[in-house]
Amino acid sequence: MQLDEFFVTGEPLIYAGMVSIALVSAAILFILTYFKKWGWLWREWLTTVDHKKIGVMYILSALAMLFRGGADALMMRTQLAFPNMNFLNAQHYDEIFTTHGTVMIIFMAMPFLIGLMNVVVPLQIGARDVAFPYLNALSFWSFLFGAMLFNISFVIGGSPDAGWTSYTPLAGAAMSPGPGQNFYLMGLQLSGIGTLATGINFMVTILKMRAPGMKMFQMPIFTWSTLITSFIIVFAFPILTVALALMTLDRVFGAQFFTLTGEGMPMMWANLFWMWGHPEVYIVILPAFGIFSEVIATFARKQLFGYKAMVWAIILIAGLSFLVWVHHFFTMGAGAFVNSVFSISTMLIAVPTGVKIFNWLGTLYKSRINNTVAMMWSLAFIPSFVIGGVTGVMLGMASADYQFHNSYFLVAHFHYVLIAGTVFACFSGLVFWYPKMFGHKLNERLGKWSFWFFVIGFHVCFFPQYFAGLDGMPRRVFTIIPEWMPLNIISSVGAFGMGIGFAIFVFTVVYSYRYSEREKTGDSWDDGRTLEWATPTPVPFYNFATVPHINSMDAYVKLKEEGKTTFDEDKLEPIHMPSNTGQPFIMMAFLFVASFGVVFEWMWMAIAGLIAGVVMMVIRSFDYDEGFHVEIDEIKRTERSTRGL
Amino acid sequence: MSSHELKTGPLEYRTQEGQMTIMGFWIFLAAEIVLFSTLFATYAVLFGRTADSTPPGELFEPGIVLIMTFLLLTSSFTCGLAIHEMRRGSVKGLLIWMMITLLLGLGFLGFEIYEFIHYTHEGATMQSSAFWSAFFTLAGTHGLHVTLGIGWAILLLIQVAKRGLTPRTSRKFFVIGLYWHFLDVVWIFIFTSVYLIGMVV
Repeated sequence: MQLDEFFVTGEPLIYAGMVSIALVSAAILFILTYFKKWGWLWREWLTTVDHKKIGVMYILSALAMLFRGGADALMMRTQLAFPNMNFLNAQHYDEIFTTHGTVMIIFMAMPFLIGLMNVVVPLQIGARDVAFPYLNALSFWSFLFGAMLFNISFVIGGSPDAGWTSYTPLAGAAMSPGPGQNFYLMGLQLSGIGTLATGINFMVTILKMRAPGMKMFQMPIFTWSTLITSFIIVFAFPILTVALALMTLDRVFGAQFFTLTGEGMPMMWANLFWMWGHPEVYIVILPAFGIFSEVIATFARKQLFGYKAMVWAIILIAGLSFLVWVHHFFTMGAGAFVNSVFSISTMLIAVPTGVKIFNWLGTLYKSRINNTVAMMWSLAFIPSFVIGGVTGVMLGMASADYQFHNSYFLVAHFHYVLIAGTVFACFSGLVFWYPKMFGHKLNERLGKWSFWFFVIGFHVCFFPQYFAGLDGMPRRVFTIIPEWMPLNIISSVGAFGMGIGFAIFVFTVVYSYRYSEREKTGDSWDDGRTLEWATPTPVPFYNFATVPHINSMDAYVKLKEEGKTTFDEDKLEPIHMPSNTGQPFIMMAFLFVASFGVVFEWMWMAIAGLIAGVVMMVIRSFDYDEGFHVEIDEIKRTERSTRGL
Repeated sequence: MSSHELKTGPLEYRTQEGQMTIMGFWIFLAAEIVLFSTLFATYAVLFGRTADSTPPGELFEPGIVLIMTFLLLTSSFTCGLAIHEMRRGSVKGLLIWMMITLLLGLGFLGFEIYEFIHYTHEGATMQSSAFWSAFFTLAGTHGLHVTLGIGWAILLLIQVAKRGLTPRTSRKFFVIGLYWHFLDVVWIFIFTSVYLIGMVV
């Protein structure tokens, strides 16, 4: 392989990308060296097993991925604003819409939510860490290395260009030769390991590590949604693992699963992909529902209306999510009977979702709303998501879907549910729990600017796309005809509005770091209802000095009434905590090397990386580290200083 | 993270860490069931799609597959005996029965490798048709699991020989016992739905 085949050449935008990557990397290396921060980086972050720090790293990475996916989106909207634009050529456009979709779902939405789960769930249930802290670090590094592998494709080897769904035979070796598609397969495979591990980890954490007395139906709703999401992860991700592995066997080892030769069956990919892919959209929406429920209950200053109905709705949605996958390809021709079954199961999902909408409205009804930025994101979600949901039911009618399929109507629908659902929830949750993570709030005034730019930009961007779709504009075209121009110009303006909103958000983070008042109490919003607000801020690494006995919902409301805290000096005992370890980072770095080898079909590299990874697992097996104990004196000192006693 | 240790009951369940690991492993096995189900479904969909290659009915033979089945089922029994010895507190019994288990597992693997080479010589390879891709992937994934299980068990044998039976070592053996029985269950499905059906069609 020649060097000019290894690096992507000939595109000015990509050269600019290379230069900026080189500059940013050099700047990071320089800063770390100049301020002698290498040791700090290794000790505090790369080797940490603390769920709060892992959560923060997830969220920071997800924000970087949101930037990358957003940059892709803005490039697409620029290209589509006017007919016959020459900003991106067809090939480059295909690569960008593929990476936009993949990055946003796999490397932005999921890690962002998993980051929030990591920070919040152990605190909400009164646990001192997750069930398997080592595995948690492993999950994070597998995600980060998978994301890096996928992201370097645009400068090394070339990006995948078969869409985020990677339908065969287009994505097969015959029609997409070269490393591009392999980056997709290996990047997702590597990060998928971590996602599955996260699912197992949170299920055990929530089932086994709740505070004494806390019953399942007393758990905070975000914890419930995390538990159910973990179920979906455990039952859906292995399907993706298999699907990716089969396509890898096809492409790298010449197997015939999805090929047109050897009686392979390209349509089977669509089935396998969506048997994972549909539960996946609930993996990114259920935690979002959980976040909105927490935020709305807190700032409406009421107990969540219809808590039990809410929980059962989540469970029903999770069950139904496995029974609707065919609605993604009604037009493939499964026949009227099959399409009818999946059409009905699809529309059934609207029922529990509708229940939840009424739960939120019921919570808001006759409440005294505290209009914070976090609450505004949640309030904006309800009507916006309903628009996405109703158009989803339209798409779910199989016969009507023959008209909507593959048009911008669909594009508008799934952006309405994913942005108004997941992205709004990420912002809402981040703003809400920000003081717990960083010890100060985000500036509310700037936050409102960012909110309005983003939300108005969102509607201006995607609402016209419904009509562009009804006017016959197909998705995945790289250029438009003049008739579609007015709607597309409006849409592009909206997209840049969202870009501005995001930029203001980033500025808010920097501004608040410098100027926001530092938190003095643990209950940042004064109306905290769940246990995370009972901890002092900054949260001690062991979370709870003493874990209170829980006997009701909204545990912290009860504690406040009774005047109790999570620091009961008479009940202090030494706390057992896990030791930091660099093994997960190193293990995943080796598997990254192995995956890179598979991408370029350099088997010597793949095997060497795999062997090194296995050696790390053997080392882990022989590692009998027992962790350490935090002594009572240290707990007293920490609690007194953080609580200002 | 509670470090309280119970004084009675099986060693592997005495610490909270042990209980959580075993539960986590059960959930992992649930994920493995989904993984194998997907492979079985793929196999079922691609069944009969042999294109120009040899159909399975001409290659599958009852003899060798029966021996493999016998070896693996027996290994599951000896693995159960090993865990029984562990519960009785006998390191020696555990080691002996576990080594017998591994020998049986190795025998199974040997036959499987022989079988795969034989099919390859007859022109049925991963590349020859959709059916054979599905067959080699399904049976191969199971074989890979057995291989990993053997490697893993050897590591645990060294650990228990060095450290004796503690809550941690017995938890590790209990977990690999679950894993081994699981592979047996998967094999029963492969034996019936792949080999038996493949022979008569």
